[in-house]
Amino acid sequence: MTATAAPPAPSTPSAATRIVSHLLKARETGILIALLAVIVVATLVNPNFLFSTDGFRDLLLTPSLLMLVAVGQAVVIITRNVDLSVGSVLGLTAYLTGRLFIDVPGIPILAVFLAGIALGGVLGLINGALVAFAKVPALVITLGTLYIYRGINVAWTGSDRINASDLPAAFRGLGTGQILFIPILTIIAVVVLVVAAWVLRNLRSGREFYAIGSDPDAAHLYGLRVTRRILTAFVLSGALAGLAGVLYAARYGTVSSGAGTGLELQAIGAAVIGGVAISGGVGTLWGAAIGAYLLLTINRALPILGIQDFWQRAVVGALIIGAIVLDRVLAVRQHRKLIEAREAAR
Amino acid sequence: MFTMQRSRRFGVAITAAAAATVLALSGCASGGGDGGGDGGDGGDANLSVTFLPKNLGNPYFDTSSAGGEEAVEEFGGTFAEVGPSEASPTSQVSFIQTAAQQGVGALVVSANDPEAICDALDEASSAGVKVVTFDSDTNPECRDLFINQATAEGIAKVQVDLIAEQIGDEGQIAVLSASANATNQNAWIEMMEEELAANHPDIELVEVVYGDDDDQTSFDKTAALLQTYPELKGIISPTTVGIAAAARYLSTSEYQGQVALTGLGTPNQMREYVEDGTVTAFALWNPADLGYLAAWAAQALITGEITGEEGDTFEAGKLGSYEVGADGTVLLGDPYVFDADNIGDFDF
Repeated sequence: MTATAAPPAPSTPSAATRIVSHLLKARETGILIALLAVIVVATLVNPNFLFSTDGFRDLLLTPSLLMLVAVGQAVVIITRNVDLSVGSVLGLTAYLTGRLFIDVPGIPILAVFLAGIALGGVLGLINGALVAFAKVPALVITLGTLYIYRGINVAWTGSDRINASDLPAAFRGLGTGQILFIPILTIIAVVVLVVAAWVLRNLRSGREFYAIGSDPDAAHLYGLRVTRRILTAFVLSGALAGLAGVLYAARYGTVSSGAGTGLELQAIGAAVIGGVAISGGVGTLWGAAIGAYLLLTINRALPILGIQDFWQRAVVGALIIGAIVLDRVLAVRQHRKLIEAREAAR
Repeated sequence: MFTMQRSRRFGVAITAAAAATVLALSGCASGGGDGGGDGGDGGDANLSVTFLPKNLGNPYFDTSSAGGEEAVEEFGGTFAEVGPSEASPTSQVSFIQTAAQQGVGALVVSANDPEAICDALDEASSAGVKVVTFDSDTNPECRDLFINQATAEGIAKVQVDLIAEQIGDEGQIAVLSASANATNQNAWIEMMEEELAANHPDIELVEVVYGDDDDQTSFDKTAALLQTYPELKGIISPTTVGIAAAARYLSTSEYQGQVALTGLGTPNQMREYVEDGTVTAFALWNPADLGYLAAWAAQALITGEITGEEGDTFEAGKLGSYEVGADGTVLLGDPYVFDADNIGDFDF
């Protein structure tokens, strides 16, 4: 993105240096370095953080659910919208997962996954339709559906609760199992990330999300199918939250009506920390995914570094504000550079 | 007095009236009670009892509410249960206000915060609603009675005894609690520290962490504890959500069987983990009995049988007779220990 408005350079740099300089300039690199720094410091203080079986597994596993939700959230934010309902969508699909195993004995695990993704997609479609057709800001619509979906969840769940003994062992194994030391849940999340990030970066339909987020009116005038893209973004966000809901049940083994409460803010936080601009049009899914890892890895590292429970939230808050300030500084600098380039070209 | 009685009879005749009338009616009923000679007149007391647990979707409170409902049916009142979906300090306020406006006879509350709901409870009291707290108390001046599941000493002692037995009375332990401002958990943890210092000098309590009674948070906090303290021998989780989440983490962890886990849990949640050997024994009282006793106490307050003074006694159906202790508290009894041998006998 930084290279789009570059003036014609006198000598063309070699491909290798271009890749290196691109990597150095990329917004994601800073976040990745921060993540690695957190891991290194925590491991120095306590080698178990990385080198014990549980430690390595949790490092990969814990942020996987948030990563799925953050990827969906990032797509929505890139179109200059926001989806506050993802936590409630996750809660509903997690409970649906448990109910399916209880009410339909012997149901194939794959069918449960499809049902969860489908329910999430439908809930996302409702969000998208309200935003795209009613032309009401997504913040308001999804704040409404956050409460509506949670209300449905509480009414449906009532005082019921899914216990570990209600779920088949093979299904619960998905939440903690590993293939070649890599947790299954992480593999699922990374596959989703790679596919979605590739589409968003390389396909015309993917680039249109950025165009819409940069300037919705211009995108419309240019003839882009704004409504369809916004619907797609919300369906994707809902479906990924639905998938995360199924995996939530597999990992945590218990589901109550409060499952996933507050997740929406973590997902937005992850996307913003990862360089997805809240005003739309800027950022990558890789950034959001690394943001999710950074957010939860910091959460796990702070107790090891001896920082009190109460301060941990403050640190996360500082991180989000820091990310936004950094974005602003970078944007101002970029703006100045572009002006200088224009002056120089005259 | 005579006109008051007449107007009350008249009020009874149009029982189908709106909530305002019901309020006035209960106001008159307590007035009559003060005048004396209203003892056997339970028939026209407002025996509607509303249960307000910390949150819905918590099997512990499902069981206590079921016990409450059983008691309310026995004394012929009407039962209702309302509550927030999450256990945050102020989430109960609106439910208390609604119940007061509806003019229920008594509100049976498990407080998420000792202070935050006090104003709302005071308003309800001045509207004639009797306030009984159970499981988790408010400040004493905000309620008429507190039904205590067990003494803090008893609860703290049974958990310390269990963990001491399971880790051989020496080594590091940690506590996974509910929210940082949960009244009962904080009181118990304080007692545990005293009990440890007094009778178990070789056990070191290294940290208290808070899982906010949320599965995911409790789960992640357990992971952090195990990683932070490689020498950890045991975890006490004095909350039903926390112990189930911790057991789930331990059951798939390299520490299964090496780190002992005990605390307060329900048999249904813990069955899986007692059977696979993650957990040896844990404690609890019977929440159904707790709700049952709270409902009978509410009934005794509504009919004017007791006022909540120390030394008052009342009958609580199948549980027998109870006496109000200091600070308006009623004690249910001793905690109960569940293990592999007896867990099959329970279903809650």
